[in-house]
Amino acid sequence: MSKQIKIKKLGINVSAIVLLYIILKSAITFGLITRYHQGIIIFIMINIILATSLNLATGFLGQLTLGHAGFMAVGAYASAITSIEVRALLPNMPDFMLLIISLIIAAIAAGIVGVLIGIPALRLRGDYLAIITLGFGEVIRVVINNMRGLTGGAQGLTGIPRIVKFDSVFWVTVFVVLILYRLTHSRQGRAIMSIREDEIAAEAVGIKTTHFKVMGFAFAAGLAGVGGGLYANYLAFLDPNTFNFMRSVEILVIVVLGGMGSLTGSIIAAIVLTIMPEALRSFADYRLLLYSFLLVVMMIFRPEGLFGRREFSFDGVKEKFFNKDKIQEKTNIS
Amino acid sequence: MVLFLQQMINGLSVGSIYALIALGYTMVYGIIKLINFAHGELMMTGAYFAFLIVVTSGLPFLIVVPLSMLLAAVFSVVIERIAYKPIRKAPRISALITAIGVSLFLQNLAQVIFKADPKIMPELIDKRPIDIGPLQISTVTLTTLALAIVFMVILEIFIKKSKPGKAMRAVSEDKDAAILMGINVNRTISLTFAIGSALGALAGVLYAITYTQVFPTMGVMPGLKAFVAAVLGGIGFIPGAVLGGFTIGMVETFSRAYISSQWSDAIVFGLLIVVLLFKPTGILGRNEKEKV
Repeated sequence: MSKQIKIKKLGINVSAIVLLYIILKSAITFGLITRYHQGIIIFIMINIILATSLNLATGFLGQLTLGHAGFMAVGAYASAITSIEVRALLPNMPDFMLLIISLIIAAIAAGIVGVLIGIPALRLRGDYLAIITLGFGEVIRVVINNMRGLTGGAQGLTGIPRIVKFDSVFWVTVFVVLILYRLTHSRQGRAIMSIREDEIAAEAVGIKTTHFKVMGFAFAAGLAGVGGGLYANYLAFLDPNTFNFMRSVEILVIVVLGGMGSLTGSIIAAIVLTIMPEALRSFADYRLLLYSFLLVVMMIFRPEGLFGRREFSFDGVKEKFFNKDKIQEKTNIS
Repeated sequence: MVLFLQQMINGLSVGSIYALIALGYTMVYGIIKLINFAHGELMMTGAYFAFLIVVTSGLPFLIVVPLSMLLAAVFSVVIERIAYKPIRKAPRISALITAIGVSLFLQNLAQVIFKADPKIMPELIDKRPIDIGPLQISTVTLTTLALAIVFMVILEIFIKKSKPGKAMRAVSEDKDAAILMGINVNRTISLTFAIGSALGALAGVLYAITYTQVFPTMGVMPGLKAFVAAVLGGIGFIPGAVLGGFTIGMVETFSRAYISSQWSDAIVFGLLIVVLLFKPTGILGRNEKEKV
């Protein structure tokens, strides 16, 4: 790809993001979006972060993880405690500085836990890895529940400064997706994907599989921590039991519906699956019934998810609609 | 010492419930390599069947139990045919997600039909403590333990001696070879699901009687623990499920009694992690070499 096309593509994407920001921001400022809808938008962003980060571990690295909510919990508590303490020490620190510090701490804490869990757990494969991550996720939750002095235990943690606003969530989400996009399209990303395709073959061509597995896993954990950090500082209240196995499953469902190995797929699935339960609120009783039914139907008829491994791009859309004769099998895997 | 023995009997009773559920997990995994996450919900379904039968007809315990086991078995075969059969050749992860979907679906179906609040399970067994020396054992505990052991023995004989049992072992060993030997694989898989959920339903009824209530999410925690038990013993191996179930039951009861009731879940999952790290295929599992 020539440099000019690259710059053009970058320009399209950047302007699309800025445009989206301006539209949403002005809608909020002029009161077109209510507080309630703003909350939904923030949860969509948080789910995008969680889903895309899990996609790195499950979709790109090929390691099925059932404990993502555990990493989210670590990040949430790390950032909540940081922002409480820093706010008490330096009450004059601006909100965004405080948020950045607490999110960095969240990412580091969750990343470290990811490495600690990843080194032993990644020796296992497939179903066993899924089980052991499930076990770790539950252990993290029980530990948080019992460290009453630090985390407030089962009563929950209150008094977290509410420093997350629409703007900060938006740009953090863009930043996280950008990191993941760059990572998956780099040399390291190709190494990670080669492990998914065939671990033995990857090892045979000289890729340090253990290194990249732990790295990918820790990265996913760290970014999930960022998602947790946003969650904590938006809600201003944490209950350890929200980070249970069902939460991990919800994130996994987003990844699977969007397509494992497609970041844009995860983004769109996160939007759909966050809005859908809210839109179906009037049928509250049947909401989860329908949701789980769709999941099973989806797995039977389209198991690769909405996008499979393809990425949505403006070029792709253009090609599809304007040069119908020139469509080639366009995948972004290679 | 009395307390210790008392706890041991409690542990055996809880363990036998876990073992019954774990058997279902392990049999299904052994035959189609699927972690049937909906198994805990089948246990819940069995308990609701028993509840409905008792409330509507007031039949005695000895009829309610086999009837609800039968209903749960039929129910699980229907689920297997609708949801699991189409994805038998799909990648493992889609099968796993389907199972999670089925599990959520059943939970919410129960929620819609019976509402979320717990229903009181009528007393099916005359609840009185039996004194054995200084020990006090309730009739419920004793019945649970006895029934669980009886059904485990029946299962063992069925699988080792009967023709369908041998077919089950053959399919789990090598599906293609089993087809060539004239085994009806579809029927064998359905039978496995049926037996597994019948045992799960038995566990559900016993669980509901022990804790005197039924509610839509009652299968989640026992299901998860039983699953841990199946993996701990070596998933796919029937003796492993029994061993794992009793181990988890004991560990849970003793850590609740002697260490801390809050930490007991962490100890159970911690045990799973330790076993998986040192022997990834479980206590009784065979180590399989990876082939290129």
